[in-house]
Amino acid sequence: MDMLRRRSTLLRQVRDFFERRGLLEVETPVLSAAGVTDPNLESLATRYTGPGAPASGTLYLHTSPEFPMKRLLAAGSGPIWQICRVFRGGERGRRHNPEFTMLEWYRPGWDHHRLMNEVAELISAVVGARPSRTRTYRELFIPLGMDPHTVDVQQCRAVADTHGLAAPEDLGRDGLLDFLFSHLLSPELGRGCIDFVHAFPASQAALARLEQGQPPTAARFECFLDGMEIANGFHELCDAEEQRTRFEADLAFRGQQGLTTPPMDERLLHALAAGLPDCAGVALGLDRLFMVALGAGHIDEVLAFPLERA
Amino acid sequence: MASYSTNEFKSGLKIMLDGDPYSIVENEFVKPGKGQAFNRVRVRNLKTGKVIDRTFKSGDSVEAADVMDTDLQYLYSDGEFFHFMDPQSFEQVAASQAAVGDGAKWLKEQDVCTVTLWNGAPLSVAPPNFVELKVAETDPGLRGDTSSGGNKPATLETGAVVRVPLFIETGEVLRIDTRTGEYVSRVKES
Repeated sequence: MDMLRRRSTLLRQVRDFFERRGLLEVETPVLSAAGVTDPNLESLATRYTGPGAPASGTLYLHTSPEFPMKRLLAAGSGPIWQICRVFRGGERGRRHNPEFTMLEWYRPGWDHHRLMNEVAELISAVVGARPSRTRTYRELFIPLGMDPHTVDVQQCRAVADTHGLAAPEDLGRDGLLDFLFSHLLSPELGRGCIDFVHAFPASQAALARLEQGQPPTAARFECFLDGMEIANGFHELCDAEEQRTRFEADLAFRGQQGLTTPPMDERLLHALAAGLPDCAGVALGLDRLFMVALGAGHIDEVLAFPLERA
Repeated sequence: MASYSTNEFKSGLKIMLDGDPYSIVENEFVKPGKGQAFNRVRVRNLKTGKVIDRTFKSGDSVEAADVMDTDLQYLYSDGEFFHFMDPQSFEQVAASQAAVGDGAKWLKEQDVCTVTLWNGAPLSVAPPNFVELKVAETDPGLRGDTSSGGNKPATLETGAVVRVPLFIETGEVLRIDTRTGEYVSRVKES
């Protein structure tokens, strides 16, 4: 009960932060006839049979409020923020609950570098002041003696071997980079500071725009505290055609892997085609931020009732 | 063949890796928000006791190990094998010295032990946490002699040697904690 009181105080601090900065608080639908196509996310689904039901009868629970928030931006909302419950299948552990609280906000006219500064300000307002460091994805891998943009699968496996790790079979290049990143690098990030990582490989762009360079990289960042990923942000992709191509590639990959293939969000694509303002956006896992603020080692400690007792 | 998905992983689950049976000690779900999910597990080899770390792609399946803990009664040792019997079915199994290990010195006929079977054959034997054993031999203790810290060695009927208080005499029955190998108390003979 004491933990819930402290959580409530923290929530108020977060709300004050956005209130003072004049962003508009919005609420968007949890349920949608479209789902996410990201191969690493699993949308939960439910059935709806009343008036207005989609032909399939299936409604997907959002994994983040990103798509409808972008539609609001395209409609001229200006800077917006939202705190909501989001849902992800298959995710449960010390830092995961399939239903968790997301804080998401968007800044028209900003790029992801400016947004990283604001993320650091919010974190310092909630968990106390901490210095922040910003490095590229490539710089992070230097101590492992490899360039993540040019390595091949064999080299990734060799690096794992020299660190006494056996990577699972049947992983592609990005899967192996995720393996090295999550086993060797991320546990050391955000220790006594706020660590930002940006300029991800173009193959891991998700919904970020690409930046020209040798090689081109994704204008995407992640933020780490106490070895935990806290937030993921983008300088948002505004190109409807490029977005459609990525959705199609995701769905093709999901099909090959035998995963569900939810319909892509055509309304988002329409909004992008109509014109999404140049903007940066970020999604931040509030439960994890509260874990850091309250010194909790397990996500269950900051939830009223975790999955097994829900 | 039975198998477990990583979603079923929890400590105590018995799985096969590289042809050996293992028990999961710890299981951690690791997933970057936009990346591949993994289960990082710490596992103990049930044959050697060695603990290692392994990582699986979340959603992958692993062969289940046919490992079962059973309560069996110790019958006798023929010098090479230790023989146990299921008190319900009267079925007997023979455990090698490697399977019994250091626990051998606590085994008294008729005591019920936890025998871990792998594909029906004994993999390891855990003696009861507490055993009652008779003192086969100990020096007569001299009251007031504190030079040895107030205790002395005693050899028990099974051959095990434990430190006991000075007042213990040959022929007495003692209660011993087999996990620490320490004397607990005297047992009154009824």
